[in-house]
Amino acid sequence: MMRWLFGAAGQPLRRMVLWGLLGLVTTGRLPAADFRVGLVLDRGGKDDKSFNSSAFAGATEAKTKLGIALKYVEAPDDNAFEPMLRGFAMKDYDLIIGIGFAQKEAIKKVAALFPKKHFAIVDSEVDAPNVRSLLFEEHEGAYVIGAMAALSTKSGKLGFIGGMDIPLIHRFALAYEAGARHVKPEVTVTANYVGITSAAWNNPPRGKELAVNQYAAGVDIIFAAAGASGLGVFDAAEEKHQFVIGVDANQDWIKPGRVLTSMLKRVDVAVYATIAAAQSGKFAGGVEHFGLANQGIDYSVDEHNAAILTASVRKQADALKADIIAGRITVPDYYKKP
Amino acid sequence: MKRLLQPLLSVLLGLALGLGVTALAGENPWTVLKILASGAFGTGYDFGMTLFYATPLVFTGLSVAVAFHAGLFNIGAEGQLTMGALAAAATGAILFRVASPWAPLLAGVAAVLAGTLWGAIPGWLRARRGSHEVINTIMLNFIAAGLANYVTLYLLKNPESQNPETRAVGDGYLLAPFSWLGGAPVGWATPLALVTAAGVGVLLWRTSLGFEIRAVGQNEAAARAAGIATGRVQLLAFALAGGLAGLVGVAEVLGNVGRFRVGFSPEYGFLGIAVALLGRNRPGGILAAALLFGALHKGATSLDMETEHVTRELSLVFQALIILSVSADGLWSWLHRRRSSC
Repeated sequence: MMRWLFGAAGQPLRRMVLWGLLGLVTTGRLPAADFRVGLVLDRGGKDDKSFNSSAFAGATEAKTKLGIALKYVEAPDDNAFEPMLRGFAMKDYDLIIGIGFAQKEAIKKVAALFPKKHFAIVDSEVDAPNVRSLLFEEHEGAYVIGAMAALSTKSGKLGFIGGMDIPLIHRFALAYEAGARHVKPEVTVTANYVGITSAAWNNPPRGKELAVNQYAAGVDIIFAAAGASGLGVFDAAEEKHQFVIGVDANQDWIKPGRVLTSMLKRVDVAVYATIAAAQSGKFAGGVEHFGLANQGIDYSVDEHNAAILTASVRKQADALKADIIAGRITVPDYYKKP
Repeated sequence: MKRLLQPLLSVLLGLALGLGVTALAGENPWTVLKILASGAFGTGYDFGMTLFYATPLVFTGLSVAVAFHAGLFNIGAEGQLTMGALAAAATGAILFRVASPWAPLLAGVAAVLAGTLWGAIPGWLRARRGSHEVINTIMLNFIAAGLANYVTLYLLKNPESQNPETRAVGDGYLLAPFSWLGGAPVGWATPLALVTAAGVGVLLWRTSLGFEIRAVGQNEAAARAAGIATGRVQLLAFALAGGLAGLVGVAEVLGNVGRFRVGFSPEYGFLGIAVALLGRNRPGGILAAALLFGALHKGATSLDMETEHVTRELSLVFQALIILSVSADGLWSWLHRRRSSC
């Protein structure tokens, strides 16, 4: 028996027994304060330099600053969201965060199955007591960005390049144009979309092609809300010596001097705040809105764009922000369109 | 015996290579294997998800195999299953009110017919025009994807979602999942896959059409000389292959989400080639191979979740190594046959 257990042939078995014991010891010693967070990223993955990267950055910050245990996964297909969320729930994770509207149905289902677990979802609303829905007022930011672009343009022609042709991106486009018209009624806005499927988020060549066409037609500033496809727009801006505006993360560094500003959608802040609240026992279900008022939406200023974003433009943008926050200006919202 | 041994060896080789890679990445291979096994079979739900991924692979594996037996290479299963799923979803969305016993039957027939049509096109082109089915099926995959996008976004769009998907089918169309699988979306589509596999076995080895298909596959010229209408057989075999792939629509649309979602398939059509290869184009082998691939796909998600270094990319490498060793094995036996027939 001993030889069988500890001999060469019994290697795997021996390891299993030893690990089993080790597992018992370690789980017994786990500190009670250990807070475990599971993060299920959208199919873009954590290196998209935009939406998912931002979510991952927020969770990583929570890991270093709050000492939580973090595990992230990326779904290989749309049917995998549910098993991954379930996996986290069954393995006793305290908070499970789904990034992106594609996970709505899966979160709804899994949250109902595990009513004692806490969930959060970004960019979609799930109505359940144990789900916190983190929604962003993209239109508020796009309105300010539109005004800044209109104040900076020389040709009077602005461009917009969206990723996927869906309501979320129409929300950007509608407010962008309204913001531009608000400060300069005579500007024109040309809008193009990269595609109609989720592949549109990751098609830089197509983004570049659209951008080159817009610049050739006299456009001198393009707002790119297109995920990784936006990187193609950045290339075009550099090549044609025109300007571009980034989205979601601060993208001013990608082509310094060519990026007027970036519309920040602070998914990182939302994720961090949710983790911090849940860790201190203050998790609450329901909807949380992130907009200009709580800095969930903003525009970027740093050393890469300080030279091209004039002080007067910034002053007017800040005044506009204050007006929107105070309710003196109502920004058109595509979601609330009749 | 040798027929059973070779695929087994290639699976073991692939597993060993894959585990070696995870060891290089700093994980204990034995732990990885354990996670893989418990991720795929640990609970009723895990096993259910394994079956869920395996079911479409049975259909596409059979599809590739039937074409193989006729000496044709079906790279078009992806397009055929897209058309099948789209047809099932469209039927259910348009004829919304049909009641339960007839509704799934109706949608199932629509799925098979759409797949059959998509398979018959390259079959006809091959039989009549002699144009190569590999090129044609690849091209038809793109056309199917484009067509599915158009129908989904412009004709049957689900207005309540930002995802590119069609409106939901009527409740009468949905196949309820088996309760003993812990809520995994596995219902009657899986037994249907078993029955279909048996049916394909009977067709290929117990009917005259099956004999003709295999005769054409083994030696087209000899078959023609023996009086077999080879063109007709090629067309029929390809139509049949398309219909089999179209059945994926039953599993995905009726058995899972009740709608067509653009990009739902994690390349079931192409994995079907590996499944058919590993299963030696035999129904029993295909069932076993599909189960293995389903288990790997499900187990890999658990690997991503439970280990430190094995990410989604590394689990893909893991799966690719197994596919590679399997196809190398297929290549080997093909070379062997070539040499002995010269």
